[in-house]
Amino acid sequence: MITFMNNSDSEEEPCNERTSLMSAESPPVPSYQDGLQASEAGEAQAHRKRRTGSSRSPNNTADGETSDSGVPVRESSMENEEEELTLKYGAKHVIMLFVPVTLCMIVVVATIKSVRFYTEKNGQLIYTPFTEDTPSVGQRLLNSVLNTIIMISVIVVMTVFLVLLYKYRCYKFIHGWLILSSLMLLFLFTYIYLGEVLKTYNVAMDYPTLILVIWNFGAVGMICIHWKGPLQLQQAYLIMISALMALVFIKYLPEWSAWVILGAISIYDLMAVLCPKGPLRMLVETAQERNEPIFPALIYSSAMMWSVGMAKPDTGARRPSQQTWDAAEDGRENHRSPSHAESQMLETRSPVQTRPITSLEELEEEERGVKLGLGDFIFYSVLVGKAAATASGDWNTTLACFVAILIGLCLTLLLLAVFKKALPALPISITFGLVFYFSTDNLVRPFMDTLASHQLYI
Amino acid sequence: AFFWLVSLLLSSLVWFIAVKASDPRDEPLQKGLLIFGVMFSVLLQETFRFLYYKLLRKAIEGLVALSEDGCSPISIQQMAYVAGVGFGLMSGAFSMINLLADALGPGTVGIHGDSQLYFLTSAFMTMVLVFLHTFWGILFFHGCEHRRWWEITAVVVMHLAVSGSTFCNPLYVGSLVPSYLLMAAAATWAYLLSGGSAQNLRRFLLCKS
Repeated sequence: MITFMNNSDSEEEPCNERTSLMSAESPPVPSYQDGLQASEAGEAQAHRKRRTGSSRSPNNTADGETSDSGVPVRESSMENEEEELTLKYGAKHVIMLFVPVTLCMIVVVATIKSVRFYTEKNGQLIYTPFTEDTPSVGQRLLNSVLNTIIMISVIVVMTVFLVLLYKYRCYKFIHGWLILSSLMLLFLFTYIYLGEVLKTYNVAMDYPTLILVIWNFGAVGMICIHWKGPLQLQQAYLIMISALMALVFIKYLPEWSAWVILGAISIYDLMAVLCPKGPLRMLVETAQERNEPIFPALIYSSAMMWSVGMAKPDTGARRPSQQTWDAAEDGRENHRSPSHAESQMLETRSPVQTRPITSLEELEEEERGVKLGLGDFIFYSVLVGKAAATASGDWNTTLACFVAILIGLCLTLLLLAVFKKALPALPISITFGLVFYFSTDNLVRPFMDTLASHQLYI
Repeated sequence: AFFWLVSLLLSSLVWFIAVKASDPRDEPLQKGLLIFGVMFSVLLQETFRFLYYKLLRKAIEGLVALSEDGCSPISIQQMAYVAGVGFGLMSGAFSMINLLADALGPGTVGIHGDSQLYFLTSAFMTMVLVFLHTFWGILFFHGCEHRRWWEITAVVVMHLAVSGSTFCNPLYVGSLVPSYLLMAAAATWAYLLSGGSAQNLRRFLLCKS
């Protein structure tokens, strides 16, 4: 196992995809200035930094946080109208993000609970060379901190490398890297996963069938992610590769290192997106300067990338491919490049489409979608999966972490609506998730166990 | 759901500290601490329900101010219902899910002399609690809206009564029967508060338009 990992270590790099949350909506009012600018920026050929677009103002009435977004904007009727629409679509977009995140987590938790393979300790990645099998607590803590430092620095280096590649327009290199990455993810990891699931359920499968299944799955996945395909299929594939990546992390990251890495990643995310010299921010600005669309391949998008049949054939035709490329790249990046998925929330509107065709505006209004970086998916699932794998309180802890992450996502979307610029999607959710994990595991579990043993209800 | 979770967290924190600070071998003290923990948790849950009401109130004001015709797209009653359902779901999930996971595995219920009806009664109790939370949500929010403090105190007292009745377990008749009666009472009260009436009910049942 160790040698195998060593061979493919470049692919094993943690997927530090920039998780950025951006709104991918098209402005409902064409004359809305920000919308047009943002749309042009958004159209820019994106990096593979995963960006997640979220529609603005995810005012989820159930959460009742609408008042914040409502209050500041009151200057013009146009803005009011904009707010109205974003409010109306806000809740829908929050749901559109909830569903894939929930699905990914369900897949990861179901696998962790049923397949023994992913909870066995079979060695570590080379990015976490220090072992946690040490006699003393202090030594273990030190090792996990060192592991984290190594992992984060690898991620930073790869991210900076990516930004440089993008700055100097080495698109072919990026594309090749991403294709290789998604090839490995779709074929090799799926093969291992399928093998383990079959072993768990004691189902026999002969090699020809296996080859047929894996080949079809992988080939369709490559096409869907990197080129064109039905939206739902593309979304399904993105969810699956995020889940696979999260499972790899859960298996190969040692216990304490995983938690420290999660914490460090959210801090790094925060800094990378908000600091002026942060790589993710530079990426976004470069993309905006060049007026290129951001790579959608590494981004989960819930709305149709309506590029087919657009007035601008070249860019239109390229967009979906770009987007799918990005998605694949992101997915690949997850395990290929250590560029950590930097969470970034960026507002992008569908740039090119808004300009030419008025008839499509309704379509765009309907299809205003939300984009979330695959790195976000992966780290949320890692947190919930680790909670399911290692918590002794079992399902209560998992459920608590799940709710905490979703609430964090809601809050992040709300902040996106308020600030209307790129924001990281990881910090709030991961912080809530970590707080709830540790508190539920240590505090709530004994309480609930005692209550259940006496059959008391609160 | 999130608010219920936070209240649970805080109450277990309090209980945990109390337990750690006390002597673990003293049985009556532990039981007393447990009772205290349960009551405190109930009070904390109701406090968080009130805080949630405050938050939703602000949200409604924001929505109203933002909308074109001056009324919000979602009414306070709907929010009350959703809040109640959220509380109930979280409470039920936390109570039942470990039981369900254990029920999947091999074992015999009550092999050490405990009641054999453990799973059944747990299921019924959880169900009644979920319903009760929903109704309490409606009652509570209605009371807060119209400044009727007696409605709010009634909800709190009911909650304490239901939790207290579970101390009779495994004497299930002492806990399940009162809880179901209280649930029926709360259901009719909430139905009447939400604008229902015997006429509506009859029309609905007879499928008249």
